[in-house]
Amino acid sequence: MITIYIDNKPHQVKSGQNLLQACLSLGFDLPYFCWHPALHAIGACRQCAVKQFKDDKDMRGRIIMSCMTPVAEGMRISVDDAEATAFRKGVLEWLMLNHPHDCPVCDEGGECHLQDMTVMTGHTGRRTRFKKRTHRNQHLGPFINHEMNRCIQCYRCVRYYRDYAGGRDLNVFSAHDHVYFGRHEDGALESEFSGNLVEICPTGVFTDKTLKQHYARKWDLQTAPSICVHCGLGCNTIAGERYGTLRRILNRYHHEVNGYFLCDRGRFGYEFVNSGKRIRTPLALSPLSLSGSGQGEGDLQPVEKASALGHIAEVLSSSKGVIGIGSPRASLESNYALRSLVGPDNFYSGMSGPDHRLLSLIIDIRQKGPARSPSLRDVRMADAIVVLGEDLTNTAPLLALSLRQAVRGKEFEAAEKLKIPQWHDAGVRNAGQGARYPLYIASPERTRLDDIALKTWHGLPDDIARLGFAIAHELDPSAPDADGLDEETALFAREIASSLKGARQPLVISGTSLFNESIIQAAANIATALCAGGRDAALCYAVPECNSMGLGIMGGRNLDEAFTVMDDDLVDTVIILENDLYRRADGGKVQAFLDRAQHVIVIDHIMTQTASRAGIVLPAGTFAESSGTLVNNESRAQRFYPVFVPPGDIQAGWKWIHAIMSAAGRTEADRIKSLDGVTTAMSTALPLLAPVGDIAPPADFRVKGSKVPRQPHRYSGRTSMRADVSVSEEKPPEDADTSLAFSMEGSEEQPPASLISRYWSPRWNSVQALNKYQQEVGGELRGNGPGKRLIEPEPHGKPVYFTVDPSRSSQEIDGSTAPIYHLFGSEELSGYSPAIEERASTRNRDKPE
Amino acid sequence: MERPLTQHIRPHAEPLSLAEYEKAGGYRSLRKAFALTPQDIVAMVTASNLRGRGGAGFPTGMKWGLVPAVGSVPQPRYFIVNADEMEPGAFKDRLLLEGDPNQIIEGIIVSAYAVQTEKAFIFLRREYSLAGKRLNKAIAGAYEKNYLGPNILGSGFNLDIRIHSSAGRYICGEETALINALEGKRAVPRAKPPFPLACGLWGRPTIVNNVETVANIHHIVNNGPEWFKALGVGRESGTKIYGVSGRVKSPGAWELPMGTTIGELIEDHGGGMQNGYALRGMVPGGASTDFLLPKHLATPMDFDSVAKAGSRMGTGTVTVLDDRTCPVGFVHNIELFFARESCGWCTPCREGLPWIVKILHAIENGRGEQEDLSILEQQCRFLGPGNTFCAFAPGAVEPLQSVLKYFREDFERHIREKKCPWRTS
Amino acid sequence: MLTEEEIKEITTELVHAERKEAASIEALMVVQKRRGWVSDESIRDIASLLDVTPDELDGVATFFNHIYRKPVGRHVIALCDSMVCWSLGYDPLLDLLRKKLGVGFGETTQDNRFTLLPAACLGACDRAPAMLVDEELHGPVTPEMVDGILQKYK
Ligand SMILES: Cc1cc2nc3c(=O)[nH]c(=O)nc-3n(C[C@H](O)[C@H](O)[C@H](O)COP(=O)(O)O)c2cc1C
Ligand code: SF4
Ligand code: FES
Repeated sequence: MITIYIDNKPHQVKSGQNLLQACLSLGFDLPYFCWHPALHAIGACRQCAVKQFKDDKDMRGRIIMSCMTPVAEGMRISVDDAEATAFRKGVLEWLMLNHPHDCPVCDEGGECHLQDMTVMTGHTGRRTRFKKRTHRNQHLGPFINHEMNRCIQCYRCVRYYRDYAGGRDLNVFSAHDHVYFGRHEDGALESEFSGNLVEICPTGVFTDKTLKQHYARKWDLQTAPSICVHCGLGCNTIAGERYGTLRRILNRYHHEVNGYFLCDRGRFGYEFVNSGKRIRTPLALSPLSLSGSGQGEGDLQPVEKASALGHIAEVLSSSKGVIGIGSPRASLESNYALRSLVGPDNFYSGMSGPDHRLLSLIIDIRQKGPARSPSLRDVRMADAIVVLGEDLTNTAPLLALSLRQAVRGKEFEAAEKLKIPQWHDAGVRNAGQGARYPLYIASPERTRLDDIALKTWHGLPDDIARLGFAIAHELDPSAPDADGLDEETALFAREIASSLKGARQPLVISGTSLFNESIIQAAANIATALCAGGRDAALCYAVPECNSMGLGIMGGRNLDEAFTVMDDDLVDTVIILENDLYRRADGGKVQAFLDRAQHVIVIDHIMTQTASRAGIVLPAGTFAESSGTLVNNESRAQRFYPVFVPPGDIQAGWKWIHAIMSAAGRTEADRIKSLDGVTTAMSTALPLLAPVGDIAPPADFRVKGSKVPRQPHRYSGRTSMRADVSVSEEKPPEDADTSLAFSMEGSEEQPPASLISRYWSPRWNSVQALNKYQQEVGGELRGNGPGKRLIEPEPHGKPVYFTVDPSRSSQEIDGSTAPIYHLFGSEELSGYSPAIEERASTRNRDKPE
Repeated sequence: MERPLTQHIRPHAEPLSLAEYEKAGGYRSLRKAFALTPQDIVAMVTASNLRGRGGAGFPTGMKWGLVPAVGSVPQPRYFIVNADEMEPGAFKDRLLLEGDPNQIIEGIIVSAYAVQTEKAFIFLRREYSLAGKRLNKAIAGAYEKNYLGPNILGSGFNLDIRIHSSAGRYICGEETALINALEGKRAVPRAKPPFPLACGLWGRPTIVNNVETVANIHHIVNNGPEWFKALGVGRESGTKIYGVSGRVKSPGAWELPMGTTIGELIEDHGGGMQNGYALRGMVPGGASTDFLLPKHLATPMDFDSVAKAGSRMGTGTVTVLDDRTCPVGFVHNIELFFARESCGWCTPCREGLPWIVKILHAIENGRGEQEDLSILEQQCRFLGPGNTFCAFAPGAVEPLQSVLKYFREDFERHIREKKCPWRTS
Repeated sequence: MLTEEEIKEITTELVHAERKEAASIEALMVVQKRRGWVSDESIRDIASLLDVTPDELDGVATFFNHIYRKPVGRHVIALCDSMVCWSLGYDPLLDLLRKKLGVGFGETTQDNRFTLLPAACLGACDRAPAMLVDEELHGPVTPEMVDGILQKYK
């Protein structure tokens, strides 16, 4: 810590940072544009000017750009200085010379960094009387709207898109006051991370095209903290609703996980919530019958909730045997409730045999250690990486984005030698000359990370595993070797081994996408061998779904086993929770399974093929309409909250199960009546899940005696929303399960991190208000990041190696069975979002995506 | 009077061939240089007090001495000759390049040896195609004679020279923007520090010098620093290529002792004002320098004296403003140039200059308002040094701020009379 | 499609380039020299030769003054419009050229013979007003000389 003087008052700041970041962290409202905590400083906009004085006698001082100035012990600056203030106002005036002043029709209106800075700098009137220059806009695909006239040329878009995310089809064109940000020609943005432009752009140039279809101002959105359900990484999001439709997803900062960013599937995949395929009422085959077959074939009819529940209670009591099939895309709470309903022995994870085995293996490895399970932030710090088998951009996108940052570490190293600080972005890039830490990728096909890989290697899944075993053996001869490696592969293994060995924070990444146990074991062996050699190795596994890890930890039997018990005629009733079995097993087998069941009860939110074949269907809430916990790939349990109360009978899966239990007169029903109830019951029953109870405040938590409002103070139209029905305002729905309120009443104070449902601070209406929620700008949220890791490896465990499975050799494996994942199109729920569907159809077929 | 830089230059004639150049004493300096250590040459150049001729007047020897030692930064080093000369009013480098290309190559070889680089670039503006042809010929000849290439004259020193023909933009003359252009990038400047001396072209130590600066080096090696110092008439060393343009009788560029006064330049060499025209003022060193007035005619044209008079020597090429040219129109033209040539990186320059242009245009066309003048003055302050990303914008407003100071009444008249008093129609 | 000749010449430039992209401007000029301008298609072709994206190459191409992203006539007249030339007779010269050619700045004559462009200071202030036709510098240019100069370029 060093002392700097701001307007003659001493302040303690961390050394090594730039003055802008320091001032913002101290709480000063200093305007800026081109700087961003994840992109660092370039000094282009000149908005962050302050005065610097040589010493306490210097009265004149000189204007400096705070973002380009390192903090130094004893330095004296002024933020309030009249000349600096006038200059900052002048900069804003320049930026507004050509700005269209079209805030009323701008999607950014009300959450616009430019608006905030305009007010902050005191630019309140237009002095110019001249014509503005105008630009043509481009069609950039289904996600991003382009309105170039609003551009203030801060260069953040291209710096994010190109320098941070590795995209190469967005750029800046022309010069002087004609500079233009766009593509060489119209067309969908190629980067899988294009959506972040929406938040990176400080004005309304790049806005969310999906939001535009059903636009609402920021202050008219009811929002809640959420977790992305579209892959296994658990990125934190903020979901926003109005009039019963989900309007958009924004990033929710998590220092350890997604930082400032999301992938496009996570941002634009939300519209399954609004889909016409939603199940909105209880449905049943008519007439409800105790002997009805499982086949719906489309003649499901709406039924009263009470009669559906009554019927299910009857079915359960007269059944020969009931099994429950859970789901890795449903919350821990819903799965646990189902498990309680049917009993642990009759609970199935809903994952296919192979999937389930892979996850159990991963969890086993996780528990035994010794390698760390890295957060995405840890990934960003790695300095030598090997990826076995995964096309991460498509299977774990933010992990891929994090790797792009990791390899850049080498540039920081080079810059440091020249005393160029990390925040000096252009300086670092120039000193670094694109140098990268080594990244090795072994995969069946080209991947979208090949451009940053030091070397890539293609082979069949088992060959990849053998390569992995060989690397581990190179690192520690006591690890088993894969035999029969050709010379080239052996050499490659040696190269990777020596590179990992020489690293401070080596990282091994693998995952489940190739359905190959050996690869997972090989990755573990590498990490174990590194640990045995005294390295601080991290081992990261990509898992397929938002709660794969949770279900893996919860346990239960797999889907194939469910088919067997049904074949054995031991059961006649199956309750399927948020799961489309047709996506997990051979269609014929699923069909036979459903056919044999006397009673098929499906609880889900979308009319899947499985649901359409049920006897009874209960409408579940999506992530946006229910609360629960998801466990990400690193075993971090994180809570999501309902954003709004859907009309009718839609409710969380676990609530349906509670209702069923109650209807069946089961006494334990009370234990799972509330969210806190389910988590408590779950914690008791499953010790590994015990921390889940502590990941977020309980329902009776209050900030200064009040709940945390989901609606901002300015939320408008509340009293008129239902005016066509009744002029008297309804009482807002109660949320007994959480400490959030479905209203604007409550505490406007910053809530604990897990309850942040929007960023706002006086004078800061844009997403940049986030600065005020961090302990230091760019750092942890106040009160630390939400969520808790369930498994920490045993760091001092004796290294145990997997042996190479001799029964398998590459000749016997059919490489063509390895599935190919696409970020757009492979995942179930996002497939119901029109924008994702459109993007999937415009996928560039020449390029590996 | 000695004119080392232009001794072989004859107007309207072909430059000396390599053989003629050698016969006239050319390339003598190489053997001399190779007998010295690079440090010796840097010391000689430092002792000579040679100041960079690119505009800023940074002492060349000091610059060379600041190159970080081998081993402390990535290698190799690069040497770049800045031949972008795009400043309105400047045409002195063209004279040297077209007039005596062999001399430039010789200067580069000695300079490159002194700073120990094996690769040199000449960053040449595309319009100077005649210079390009002549330089190429000189380079080819030098390779043939092993003045260039590997192991030059058995010295163990290697050097390659490549000409990059610029695709054109004034900002390319700024050394870090120039480096970006050489790398095939958009020529926006880079933040300093890191300075190119430590981290320039491809992140390597890079020395950028002006054509005229380089042309002096081998003369200093041949004749010694004391000789060089004695060439100047004032406190500064050497000769300088000065120029005069505008409504003078015989515009041109001449090599004269450093410190020749502005008056001598205009009267003795430029032949004085054309008949019927009177001198109202001048920009002493290109369009990016503050105006001076006839009362400044006695000012010696060296870096410090011109600075004291309130302007900059810049390129040393004077442009006169006569009494029949509207100063508003004149400065409008200057600002139009700068607005158009701005790289578009930083806000003040990208947005401020076009606004200035629009205001000046309005005033010039009788649509000015009283408030415009205070806006213009404010813009000049806002675009001052330190406020913008590079020195382009501060240079761009220098003529404007001085015009507002010296010719304010002309602006007032435009606004009052709602027309340009110089326009007849 | 680039011609073989063009590819060969660009490849020669690549030999001298420390990084492929360093030859961007040279490569663009190779094509412009032969075709007069650089089309979108050429941008894509050159980009693939240099291992950059069209977006990257175009970002460079559109930055500079001398890379023409629109077709030009057989000859390009670059009339200096900067300080010295402006004050020594640029306006009447421009009027005359406009009248003779029937086009304004940025336009090409019907017969595709000339394109008229404004030029930043040509470094010929001692010869103001100056203009460049293709690579040839003319100046000082008086109105009387214009016909003679234009005639030289067919
Ligand atoms: C906007 C701008 C344009 C410049 N143009 C030129 C130029 O055309 N030629 C030149 O030699 N220096 C030019 N300079 C100065 C260079 O940046 C650099 O200081 C110079 O080439 C160093 O050479 P010297 O030390 O030999 O003077 C320019 C500077 C700026 C800020
Ligand atoms: S002052 Fe700014 S916009 Fe102007 S040339 Fe320099 S960096 Fe570019
Ligand atoms: S934020 Fe400092 S110059 Fe843009």
